[in-house]
Amino acid sequence: MTKPLPKLALLLLAAALPFAASAHKGWLAPSKTVLNVDQWITVDAGVSTEPFVRDHNAMRLDNLVITAPDGSTVPAENTASGKLRSTFDLQLKQAGTYRIAIVNEGMNASWTEEGKPKRWRGTADKFAAEVPAKAEGLKVSESQGRLETFATAGKPNDTALKPTGKGLELVPVSGIADLFVGEEATFRFLLDGKPAANLEVEVIRDGTRYRNAIGEKTFKTDADGLVKLSWTDAGLHYIGASVQDARTSVPQAKERRASYTAIVEVLSP
Amino acid sequence: MNKNHLLPLLAALGALPASAAQLDVSVQIPQLDVAEYHRPYVAVWVEREDRSVAANLSVWYQVKRGGPPQAPGAAKPPASSESGTKWLPDLRQWWRRGGRDLSMPSDGLSSATKPVGTYEQSFGDKSPLAALPPGRYKLIVEAAREDGGRELVDLAFDWPAKAATTVDAQGKSELGAIRVAVKP
Repeated sequence: MTKPLPKLALLLLAAALPFAASAHKGWLAPSKTVLNVDQWITVDAGVSTEPFVRDHNAMRLDNLVITAPDGSTVPAENTASGKLRSTFDLQLKQAGTYRIAIVNEGMNASWTEEGKPKRWRGTADKFAAEVPAKAEGLKVSESQGRLETFATAGKPNDTALKPTGKGLELVPVSGIADLFVGEEATFRFLLDGKPAANLEVEVIRDGTRYRNAIGEKTFKTDADGLVKLSWTDAGLHYIGASVQDARTSVPQAKERRASYTAIVEVLSP
Repeated sequence: MNKNHLLPLLAALGALPASAAQLDVSVQIPQLDVAEYHRPYVAVWVEREDRSVAANLSVWYQVKRGGPPQAPGAAKPPASSESGTKWLPDLRQWWRRGGRDLSMPSDGLSSATKPVGTYEQSFGDKSPLAALPPGRYKLIVEAAREDGGRELVDLAFDWPAKAATTVDAQGKSELGAIRVAVKP
C-alpha cells in the first residue's frame, strides 16, 4: 500500500488495539479518586505497552460512560484528544462513588470476496445485514472490553458499581475508595454476571518508566471469582484480566474475547 | 434551683459507667523551618480495636476560605471547590474512618486551624466518650499540611481508667508531643 492510511482507519485501528492480541494496554489515569463533594477531577486516557506511559496512542472517548452515584449517566467535560492521550474533566457534584467506563463491544469478520480480502468491524445486531451469509473463508470473532476507574466524593456508595451482566466485570467487595498499602483488598470478577473462577489477574503499578522492571504481579480468582490483592506501594494500579471462550452472540463467531481493566488508586496509610 | 432535687440526679449520673471519667488530650503543633508555612489540618479521634471510630473528638480545618463572612441565619453559600473542606480528604485515615460521613462544619467538633503551639482538650461526661463501653481504645491524631506532609500518631489507652494514666508519643514531622491522660 503506497497511500497513507486514512485518519479514520488509524483511529479504528487504535480502538481495536487493546482488544486485539497485542501487548497494548488501555488505561485511564484519574488525578485523584478520593475527594469531597463538588471537587473536580481530570482523567487522561491512553493506549500503550506499559500502562500510564504516554507514548503510543490516545484512547477514543466515543464509548465513555460515566455513571453518577445515583445511577444516572453524566457527561464528561472538556474532552479532548491529543496524539498520545485523551483527556476529560468531571465535577463530582453528588456524594458517593462514580464509575468512569470505556466499554467496547464489537465483532471482527474477515473473508475473501472475488479473490480480495475483506474486513468488517461492527456490532452483533448489524452482523447479518453487513456480512454476506456465505462469505468465503469467513472468520468471525467477538470482543467485549471494559475499562473502568472510580472516583468517590464523600461517603462511598455502590449504586454505580452494579454489574451489567455482560462480559467480564469487577465488583469491589472491600471499598474501592479504601485501598491502602498494607491492607488486603478483595474484588470479585464476574463473567456474564456469574463468578469468574480461576481467572488470572495482572496488577501493574504506575511508574514503570522510572524502574527497571515492570514488576507486574499475578493473582488468581477462587471458585467464587474472588481475588485478594495486596499493595506494597501507593499509586495508581492497573488491574487487568481477560478470557477467551465460545459464548458468542452469533453462531458464525467461533470465539469471544472478554477483557476487563480497572484503574485504582492505592494510598499510603 | 432546689438543691434537693439536684442531688439524686447527680448520684444517678455518678452511678453510670465511665460518666465521671475524663480524657485529656494534648497536641503540639511544632515550629517548622519552611519557606511557606500553612497551618495543618488536624483530626483527633478514638478508634476501637477493629479500627472503627468510637468517637470523633476534634477537627481543625480552614472553616472559612476567602469570601466575606456569612451573616447568621443567611443561606449557606454554594459549596465551592475552593472551600476549606476541599482538603479534608487529605486527612486520609480520618476521612475513610468516618470524616467523609460527617457534614462540616460540625458543632462541638470542628474549629479553625491553629498556629504553632500546644493545645489541651478535655473530654468528660458530656463528650462522646461518656457512652463508650469499657475497653481498650486508641487515640489517633492525624495532621496534613498544604505544601507539607502528613503524619499519624496513635496512643493506646484503657477506658475507663482504673487509675490515672498518662501515655506519651512524639510526632516526627507534622506533629510534636502528643499526650493522653486518662482519669478514672
